[in-house]
Amino acid sequence: MKLLGLACAIIIAMLANTTFASDLRVSITYVMREQNQAPTLSNLDPIPENLGLIGAELGLVDNQTTGKFLGHDYTLNIITLSPDQDISTLKDQIDFSQTIVVANAPTPDLIAISQMGANAPAVLFNASAMDNTLRDDACLPNMFHTAPSHAMLTDALAQFGFAKKWQRWAMIVGPQVHDRALAASFEKSINKFGIDLVARKEWTFDTDMRRSASNEIPLFTQDFADHQMLVVTDATNDFARYVVYNTWAPRPVAGSVGLITSGWARSVEQFGAVQLQNRFRELAKRDMQQTDYASWAAIRAIGEAVTRTDSNDLQTLKSYLLSDEFALAGFKGRKLSFRSWNGQMRQPIVLAHHDAMVAMAPLAGFLHQFNELDTLGLDQPESNCTAFQED
Amino acid sequence: MRFTLLFALLCSPAFADEIWVTNEKDDTISVIDIETQTVTRTIETGQRPRGITFSKDFSVLYVCASDSDAVQVIDPETGKVLHELPSGEDPEQFVLHPNDKHLYIANEDDAITTVVDTETHRVIAQIDVGIEPEGMAVSPDGKVAITTSETTNMAHWIDTENQTIFANSLVDQRPRHAEFTKDGSELWVSSEIGGTISVFNTADQSEKAKINFEIQGVHRDRIQPVGFELTNDGKYAFVALGPSNYIAVVDPTSYQVLDYILVGRRVWHMAFNADETQLYTTNGISGDVSVIDIPSLKAINTIKVGRFPWGAAFRPTK
Repeated sequence: MKLLGLACAIIIAMLANTTFASDLRVSITYVMREQNQAPTLSNLDPIPENLGLIGAELGLVDNQTTGKFLGHDYTLNIITLSPDQDISTLKDQIDFSQTIVVANAPTPDLIAISQMGANAPAVLFNASAMDNTLRDDACLPNMFHTAPSHAMLTDALAQFGFAKKWQRWAMIVGPQVHDRALAASFEKSINKFGIDLVARKEWTFDTDMRRSASNEIPLFTQDFADHQMLVVTDATNDFARYVVYNTWAPRPVAGSVGLITSGWARSVEQFGAVQLQNRFRELAKRDMQQTDYASWAAIRAIGEAVTRTDSNDLQTLKSYLLSDEFALAGFKGRKLSFRSWNGQMRQPIVLAHHDAMVAMAPLAGFLHQFNELDTLGLDQPESNCTAFQED
Repeated sequence: MRFTLLFALLCSPAFADEIWVTNEKDDTISVIDIETQTVTRTIETGQRPRGITFSKDFSVLYVCASDSDAVQVIDPETGKVLHELPSGEDPEQFVLHPNDKHLYIANEDDAITTVVDTETHRVIAQIDVGIEPEGMAVSPDGKVAITTSETTNMAHWIDTENQTIFANSLVDQRPRHAEFTKDGSELWVSSEIGGTISVFNTADQSEKAKINFEIQGVHRDRIQPVGFELTNDGKYAFVALGPSNYIAVVDPTSYQVLDYILVGRRVWHMAFNADETQLYTTNGISGDVSVIDIPSLKAINTIKVGRFPWGAAFRPTK
């Protein structure tokens, strides 16, 4: 009997040795707010229903592959909220002291989630909302941001304009809240990088542009002072697509259409990105978008912290994510890390049109005393975030 | 006597060794004649050729045609593809076992290392490794093969007897290349995004040293070690630092960087000439090869090749 027990113990030890039995469990919860598609003039590019989610799932696969060699077991619990569902229903579903939350949801949801986790050592990630305020005075104590801020995107375009010496801009601002937020961010970037805004107009049309763009847009842009680039803010991709090639003056269009700025684009191929694009496409049967990338990056950041600390303790992971040791390879040619003052992930920003990448910001020559990536978005002296540091 | 013979060989016009370079975005190989420092032949390959190595007697050439999902076996005399080996999907790099028979191939898209018998053309093993395997090495005694995986950030130690992993070592972000020292006592692994080379003791897989790089005027995030080679005399290791456009010269005993040599843009991999007095580096973005004179540690020439040169291999022509 004793011998049998010993034999069993040996067999179990052998099994443990060869199968790398899981001894560390890491729970991640992905919260996704379904959104009604905003009505747009064209339905050419519907927002995928699984936007973000597939990025998270790919991140999980990547983590699990690493985890199996180390005995780390990752689980991804997905919670989907319908457009009208009360956010407070999350409270009973999430134990913030046991799971890391990655949220793909609008700003009001993020604020509510942050408050729910206030009494736990919660580690939260925002993978979708770009509002500058979340990185500024309205920042949240326990929330990292893997989605780039508007400021990072608009700074990237301003750097590009400066580098190209296309420094006289005109701007068309859409009517939606996000269009205006983006425009406000552009105005800040314009000041920061010495661009001249020579004309600015609000988009007020309510007709169907598919029929009249060729008549209306030339007139609408005819009185713009001489400019070198026309910037359009249209967060829902409603009207901007009709501006291109219909302007009075032959000028490149940028912003929400034409030369776009984003955390990710289908045309990113350098830095081994083809591998990530291929793995994503195989899983999603579509191209990877910014929210997919931000969701992937959040889950990979968690994985990297677990791998290096060999821990699933939330406080340990948070400290590591904010330490100088943390670095994530994100297929954008530079190591990604988190800003200690507001939890924003430092990352290069892609400037691309539909068919190719044009540049990657920060552009050459934009220097910084610590990290060139901090020339994009709210640098420490620019950010009024205090809540994140206090935590 | 030996010296005379060597001298005679060196002076002989027939002694025109070659450097073979894969051009990733041209689907070709450029053959550089060392004597004349010119490209004498351009050989067509499958899609996206990357890893390149000759058999031990230089009678055949193996090329990873990544996007054709094949390892091509090419006759170096004629440049014709003799046959293809089953390689698994998206082969990026490989290493030929000292037995001259087994190719260990990294399948980048599939998180697998494939072992192919070059004689029977059969896959003899597929080993699950981390995400995006790339760097491949085999110990001089042939007992251990290494795969490094870029996204998993590990070196996987494979027992070549039973083709299974017996250890995993974490390295810094995005490992790209692995080499054993000539005596087999150390394994070196470069980490592109981490910006380091990790040195391990082969005997117990413990980490022995970490090499860091610093170039005045270049931000450390742009110093990205990728390919590297160690000289046979144990005097130098040459490390390609990617987009910084420099090659680092490292002392392999003290692990100190001795010098940095400016080469072309986005330097990837490299190959020595026969007596290791010259080093040829592939410069991806500038589409050329830099020639470094090793005694003086200076870049002495640039040779235009195809688009995005990646791998390099030396071929003696006797």
